[in-house]
Amino acid sequence: MSLIKEQDYGTPARPGEATVSVEIDGKTVLVPEGTSVMRAAAEAGIDIPKLCATDSLEPFGSCRLCLVDIDGRKGSPASCTTPCTPGMKVRTQTPKLAELRRGVMELYISDHPLDCLTCPTNGDCELQDMAGVVGLREVRYGFDGENHLDLPTDSSNPYFDYDASKCIACSRCVRACDEVQGTFALTLEGRGFATKIAAGAGGSFMESDCVSCGACVQACPTATLQERSVVELGMPTRSVLTTCAYCGVGCSFKAELRGDEVVRMVPYKDGKANEGHSCVKGRFAFGYASHPDRQLKPLMRERITDPWREVEWAEAVDYVGRRMLEIQAHHGGGAIGGITSSRCTNEEVYAVQKMVRAAFGNNNVDTCARVCHSPTGYGLKQTYGTSAGTQDFKSVEKADVILVIGANPTDAHPVFASRIKRRLRQGAKLIVADPRKIDLVRSPHIEAQHHLRLMPGTNVALINAMAHVVVTEGLVDREFVAERCEDFAEWERFIAGPEHSPEAVEEITGVPAAEVRAATRLYAGARNATIMYGLGVTEHSQGSTMVMGMANLAMATGNIGREGVGVNPLRGQNNVQGSCDMGSFPHELPGYRHVSDDAVRSVFETLWGRTLQSEPGLRIPNMFDAAIDGSFRALFVQGEDIVQSDPNTKHVTAALSAMDLVVVQDLFLNETSKYAHVFLPGTSFLEKDGTFTNAERRINRVRPVMAPKTGKHEWQIVCEIAQAMGYPMKYDNSAQIMDEIAMTTPTFSGVSFAKLDQVGSVQWPCNDNAPEGTPIMHINEFVRGKGRFVETVYVPTQERSTRKFPLILTTGRILSQYNVGAQTRRTGNTAWHPEDLLEMHPHDAEVRGVRDGDTVSLVSRVGETSLRVKIDDRMPVGVVYTTFHHPVTGANVVTTEHSDWATNCPEYKVTAVEVALKNPAPAQTVPAMAE
Amino acid sequence: MTSTHTPPHIRLANEIAAQFQQRDPAAASREIADHIRTFWDPRMRSKLIADAGRTGSGLDPLAVAAAALLPRPTGT
Repeated sequence: MSLIKEQDYGTPARPGEATVSVEIDGKTVLVPEGTSVMRAAAEAGIDIPKLCATDSLEPFGSCRLCLVDIDGRKGSPASCTTPCTPGMKVRTQTPKLAELRRGVMELYISDHPLDCLTCPTNGDCELQDMAGVVGLREVRYGFDGENHLDLPTDSSNPYFDYDASKCIACSRCVRACDEVQGTFALTLEGRGFATKIAAGAGGSFMESDCVSCGACVQACPTATLQERSVVELGMPTRSVLTTCAYCGVGCSFKAELRGDEVVRMVPYKDGKANEGHSCVKGRFAFGYASHPDRQLKPLMRERITDPWREVEWAEAVDYVGRRMLEIQAHHGGGAIGGITSSRCTNEEVYAVQKMVRAAFGNNNVDTCARVCHSPTGYGLKQTYGTSAGTQDFKSVEKADVILVIGANPTDAHPVFASRIKRRLRQGAKLIVADPRKIDLVRSPHIEAQHHLRLMPGTNVALINAMAHVVVTEGLVDREFVAERCEDFAEWERFIAGPEHSPEAVEEITGVPAAEVRAATRLYAGARNATIMYGLGVTEHSQGSTMVMGMANLAMATGNIGREGVGVNPLRGQNNVQGSCDMGSFPHELPGYRHVSDDAVRSVFETLWGRTLQSEPGLRIPNMFDAAIDGSFRALFVQGEDIVQSDPNTKHVTAALSAMDLVVVQDLFLNETSKYAHVFLPGTSFLEKDGTFTNAERRINRVRPVMAPKTGKHEWQIVCEIAQAMGYPMKYDNSAQIMDEIAMTTPTFSGVSFAKLDQVGSVQWPCNDNAPEGTPIMHINEFVRGKGRFVETVYVPTQERSTRKFPLILTTGRILSQYNVGAQTRRTGNTAWHPEDLLEMHPHDAEVRGVRDGDTVSLVSRVGETSLRVKIDDRMPVGVVYTTFHHPVTGANVVTTEHSDWATNCPEYKVTAVEVALKNPAPAQTVPAMAE
Repeated sequence: MTSTHTPPHIRLANEIAAQFQQRDPAAASREIADHIRTFWDPRMRSKLIADAGRTGSGLDPLAVAAAALLPRPTGT
């Protein structure tokens, strides 16, 4: 395959029907109103020379290269800033225009290094291209005049250089940072000849607010902003379209290679989830895939205290199969199980759950979504009938009010956050419910109308108070409720109770009642209001109740079933949605169908040739408990570091230590593999062949950029283990696995690799009723028929602050790192976040004698760790925060066994702790800044 | 506060029961039983049923009532 280059139409498409007819160079073109002459020409196949224009940015009109002649108009206007009007006649090529363009290019080139042959973008430079297009043959001014050729290069960013000597001051980077990313970190400093691009207040890129999303690099038409990998490796020669393996946004990328080496990852303009945008992780942090720490050969040992020994695949697979059978023979069929990974493809996950159900002969399969979004599955299924978000990402462009609850999109879902910020800059209103003053609360050109700064653990009290206001202030959409919902009358009586009023719960939540009432009126009064939420909702002892509370609020106000509305979980990992869809839960077969359903089970029994268990299996925390009591003895762990990521580390390691066999399939030896007997090397996303399903239910292809470095795909290894246990399980390729998924799972019946290659991506349900997929769910009726109102009683968590543990700890993630950090810690991203820090309010720090940068002990009733402090008033008094990206910190040493009542999702967001000074920081030390 | 030494099936059953305290007890115990039947592995249900008949188990009365509605799983 050659290098994929998307067409650049110069200016963005305008919405609407094509109703304006213009004639360009004799060709008639029909375009929507507001379309620029430049874009109309491009759509007619006529490329007008340009430098400052690109179709991801609003037109700027500075380079004067795109001038055209228009009948009846004086002068030669810039085609990028001139909208088409009916009957307009345009000429793009005349001798006068050619002379003007050559004159413009002559000026640009007179102050540009003539080092094309040694320039890293030789052959991929728009300035070079335009010099050729306009026929520039000489520069009459010479090259001896005042110029910028001696300006220094800023190499402070780990991934790209800023070579000011090559800058043509087109402002594309500045506008990309403003319009695409929404960070406003760059500016044009100075005037006239002194104009230059400046990061922040004129320091280096790393000192500025730049979040390293790469939008400026992508927009730059020269080598001014250039990936260092291109400088070092040369221009790529071929592209493979694939999907990012970081967060649940699921961005499409062009993996650009030179030979078999990935030179860079470039966001794909036609990717529906990201539309050409990226973040620092997806764009730059792919080096872990070729990191020398990768373990590429299987490892085995008899006891976890023994050293590892490298073995061949056959020995490892045979050993796993034999030991699994022996353990079942001694301890019963239910003594073994497996965990699937949200970092693996749908096909890999499906294979593991099939191995567990058909070869292990039980339902002891669970997934790491247990510890993040399992309450989403429960709550949305109870209320709406299916375990998924209601909208596509694009839907937010129609939202008038955005309610963000327990999510920090600028850090955890940065590309979607850019969409949110763009909509907010257009005038949509924002309500943030979060204990912390997250970046969205106030950032350049964005300010939340309401920041409901609730105490951790009080989400349900808050959402009930909002629903109370809706019901008691006449804000219910009665027509929607009457037509579309059930159990409303009972719920209305429940929620109208005075105990749910904002005034009654103010003492619980800490949010002033007037603020809750005003925010609710804003949400309920909007034409379109949407809810976005994250793990700040689910990772509580009332996580499922809160999901149902939000679903109630959306139904009561009629905010379901069209663009701009809905209830939308922002999934943490790349394939959380898919791993849940694929039957990873111990009570559900693929497609969220209970294992007790005889008809559903018979579909799989017929195809798989085995009788399946009709009883639910063990969830991950149940597996640990059962291991400690001796009834669960062997575990297959696919792509998850449960020792670092799951709560109460001491409990997890005790459980693993009690097992007879722990098998870890992963990229790197990790904290969990310290307790493993067999390590099966896994494949990175650059080697995988399959699909990921993102937070908007979008199924995207993950195409192999290279062959598996381990020699085998992960699903092949799983099949071989099943075979070693006597169950015939075989596929020729991963497309066959998707075909089986489609055959057995009604919501996927229209999905195939061929379909995805043809249309790019689809959102499930994708079947005969919706052959192209379903961007918006519940349009005319809910999946369960009527939307169901559920009474959401607020039951406080049992984890309370005490005299001994007076602070509440919440945990989360940061922009530059991902989950347990196994991937991002092995990239240049450590430049931003080399260690986990404890964020603490100045008051809490002062009373403990703690200063910025001091090392403190963090103690809960289950454990203790130590880390450095970052004093920050974005924390409320009484609440501290840290991340769990670094094993040396081990934040989950202190988190507890408390979990969501319905799903056992751990309560990571509420742990009672105390902080005490351990080692004062040297006077000059300042901790690394968090994003 | 529930201690980490409370057997998991009792702690979990009590956490479920806490959600239904405001309901009519008969309906609440039915819903709790439905939930446990839908989501709990048989060995956990067996332990719950066994402890529900024991005085001083620490089980919430609603959880005890729910356990009485659960059929004893076979083969555990």
